[in-house]
Amino acid sequence: MSKPIVATTSLAGCFGCHMSFLDIDERILDLIELVEFNKSPIDDIKTFTKKCDIGIIEGGVCNSENVHILKEFRKNCKILISLGECAIMGGLPAVRNNNAPISECLEEAYLNCVSVQANDEKIIPNDDELPMILDKVYPCHEIVKIDYHLPGCAPRADLIWNALEALVTGNEMDLPYEVIKFD
Amino acid sequence: MDKILVRINGKDYSAEAGKMVLDIATENGIYIPTLCHYEGIKPQGSCRMCTCMIDGRKMTACTTPVTHRMVIETQTKELEEIRSTIVELLFAEGNHFCPACERSGNCELQALAYRYKMMVPQFPFEFPNKQLDAKNSKILIDHNRCILCKRCIRRKKEPENPTWFVFKGRGYKTQIAVDHEMIDKEFDDELAQKAMDTCPVGAIIRKEKGYDVPIGERKYDKDPIGSNIEKGAKL
Repeated sequence: MSKPIVATTSLAGCFGCHMSFLDIDERILDLIELVEFNKSPIDDIKTFTKKCDIGIIEGGVCNSENVHILKEFRKNCKILISLGECAIMGGLPAVRNNNAPISECLEEAYLNCVSVQANDEKIIPNDDELPMILDKVYPCHEIVKIDYHLPGCAPRADLIWNALEALVTGNEMDLPYEVIKFD
Repeated sequence: MDKILVRINGKDYSAEAGKMVLDIATENGIYIPTLCHYEGIKPQGSCRMCTCMIDGRKMTACTTPVTHRMVIETQTKELEEIRSTIVELLFAEGNHFCPACERSGNCELQALAYRYKMMVPQFPFEFPNKQLDAKNSKILIDHNRCILCKRCIRRKKEPENPTWFVFKGRGYKTQIAVDHEMIDKEFDDELAQKAMDTCPVGAIIRKEKGYDVPIGERKYDKDPIGSNIEKGAKL
């Protein structure tokens, strides 16, 4: 039997969840025995080359590219996991959801902020090549169906390992109290 | 005080008549989750976390006095589902950004979510438009996190005196408000800490203090909320 295939990505996240993933330390050697990686920043494969079993999503959805990638993941992966607070509820990028309309956010970032320099023409980036920013930051499960949610900021390495190992081996998930944390 | 007999989860306990179900359960090492209840404040039974089956009906344990031969169920599957749903609703209704909150690890709402192993609320996030009020020199009020339990309002200065906090607005627009001048004048560090401790979440934060307990050593990092009560159970 071939090994299960894992894909990962970071949408509107900070890569902290991926760092925490690497924090499983020497167990990464066991992991390589257990699974094969496809599209992921870990092996730098940019596009899906085959159908995957498990897709791990870090970060929420803040622009059109995020939507596209997330839908690609749903299409190519049997199981999708939202990893971390941003994927689950938008996280810190979603702080912009509750107060300011997107126009105000862009003006603050590119025109009004004290640290803005040398933007005399008052340009807000709007090139066709750039992904369109969304009106707010969405949790992944509001865009596509997500099968599992692993909270944390970043999620504890033990949580990621326990969940992933259980999924791959078919054993029951062992998630002790200490590993489920929201910060 | 008259001693009476109550049956909690199939076991008989002797209790003082007139005491609340919640107090009797706590005395006997049975944990009933609460949010709007706070030791020393008159209970109001608004959060419904402590809902128990009392003589076959769903009643709040914090406001129901015990009576002779009362039959109480504190932890049926249905009750636990009701409680975890309340927690999920509160998370969906407010803006609870745990990673950026000073109370994270010491927050009762978060601790209840941990206890019920909430991975994600089943409800869509509301992201309501709420403000942060940092006008005061002693405390910071973050309406994003407020769950309107009214604990800060119900905790009186003195028995007959009102507190520094009030409710303003009605219904969906209800929020806590404070008299900034009065707080500036009367608050010292101790009172600010007391106000912060009264809040179950991070809506009232003492200024110039925070994050002083490292991750891993905070109140609910290792032991679930209520485990101290359960550990004290008389066997």
